[in-house]
Amino acid sequence: MNSTRTRVWQCIVCGFVYDEAKGLPEDGIAAGTRWEDIPEDWACPDCGVAKADFEMQLLAA
Amino acid sequence: MNPILIVGTGLAGYTLAREFRKLDKATPLALLTRDSGGFYSKPMLSTAIAQGKEAMALVTQSAEQMGAQLGATVRTGVEVASIETAARVVRLSGGESIAYSKLVLAPGADPIRIPLGGDAAGEVLSVNDVDDYARFRAAIRGRKRVAVIGAGLIGCEFANDLAAGGFEVDLIDLAPGPLGRLAPPEAGDFVRGGLAAIGVRFHFGSAPKSVDRDRNAVVLSLADGTRVPTDVVLSAVGLRPRTSLAQAAGLAVNRGIVVDRFLQTSAPDVFALGDAAEVDGLVLPYVMPIMQAARALAKTIAGEPTAVSYPAMPVVVKTPAAPLVVSPIPRGEGRWTCTTSPDGIRAECFDAESRLVGFALAGAAVAEKQALAKLVPGWLAAESPAA
Repeated sequence: MNSTRTRVWQCIVCGFVYDEAKGLPEDGIAAGTRWEDIPEDWACPDCGVAKADFEMQLLAA
Repeated sequence: MNPILIVGTGLAGYTLAREFRKLDKATPLALLTRDSGGFYSKPMLSTAIAQGKEAMALVTQSAEQMGAQLGATVRTGVEVASIETAARVVRLSGGESIAYSKLVLAPGADPIRIPLGGDAAGEVLSVNDVDDYARFRAAIRGRKRVAVIGAGLIGCEFANDLAAGGFEVDLIDLAPGPLGRLAPPEAGDFVRGGLAAIGVRFHFGSAPKSVDRDRNAVVLSLADGTRVPTDVVLSAVGLRPRTSLAQAAGLAVNRGIVVDRFLQTSAPDVFALGDAAEVDGLVLPYVMPIMQAARALAKTIAGEPTAVSYPAMPVVVKTPAAPLVVSPIPRGEGRWTCTTSPDGIRAECFDAESRLVGFALAGAAVAEKQALAKLVPGWLAAESPAA
């Protein structure tokens, strides 16, 4: 894991929050995974929006 | 060429437009809305108060920005008065006519209101869009207490959000506990416990009868004689698909606007999706079915007829005081079996053939959502798109 600060993102469609520090272990995404490093075929677990359409907004840095 | 015309700019209308533009950048596209047409996250309406968000902060893009981004005309503040499917024309309330090549109805749903007596019944609010949210925010500003009628999904989310935002919350329902139509009683009890721990008071098993003014506050009276003093009353007892326009146009209407798996209504080149649509018998006012329907319909109107399939789509109940995920049983019934442990509940629902058809996970067990969802058969199974 690199040493830069992790960020928190929120899906603008459904409000789902992705916290880089926590990752999504149940979805195969390890804690500390940066948004940029999430696979392109990943979809929001709550609303199904694909990463390409995800339009995450930065909640906190 | 006449435009593809979409009536409604909620999540359904805008998502369809976005998906369509991925496939077709040239065909004229127009969207009509009676409100201001801003894009916002509807699920966030019931989680925004604790975050102190004003309505304007929820609107991430204006109608103008959406129009530019989608290469579409977005007309705001217009009401569709009638549809003439034979002439392929929509008439606005001002008298103007708009011809279409294909028409998509995405008008959404109206909050159901139970009849209430009393001299303050007219002040009861519902929140089903961002303008409603703005009115509700204004009503609770400087107030301390909110009574929420309806302990279903939306009522529980608002109760959690308001309590977390510092309000005294009373939650009222005729049913014996929360979430009775969605989840087994054990899951309802779990949510009840979580909400009680953040101060929510419950009044179950008695119907609300009237709301009366009492100096600068109100009193909500229940059928059993209970009097609930409060400042603002929020009604969250469910949604009714907006079908009147479709019905007046002669389209088949049941609970919602009746469409097949191609999202096609009973009239040629007229489609429907979202909270107003009844897709192969299912009315599902949740985000994920809308996304599925929008993707399929975008292909169909771009020239590649595509039937929508629904996988099992678990619903996240946004009650942080008692995290809950439910994969509802969209058709028929089942038997629930529950395992309760100190940190949560794992409930599974089986049909008569002992197949897993739904589940509810509460507390730490919510982490099993993805794994369990894969085991539940799809609600509209994928099949070859032979019409």
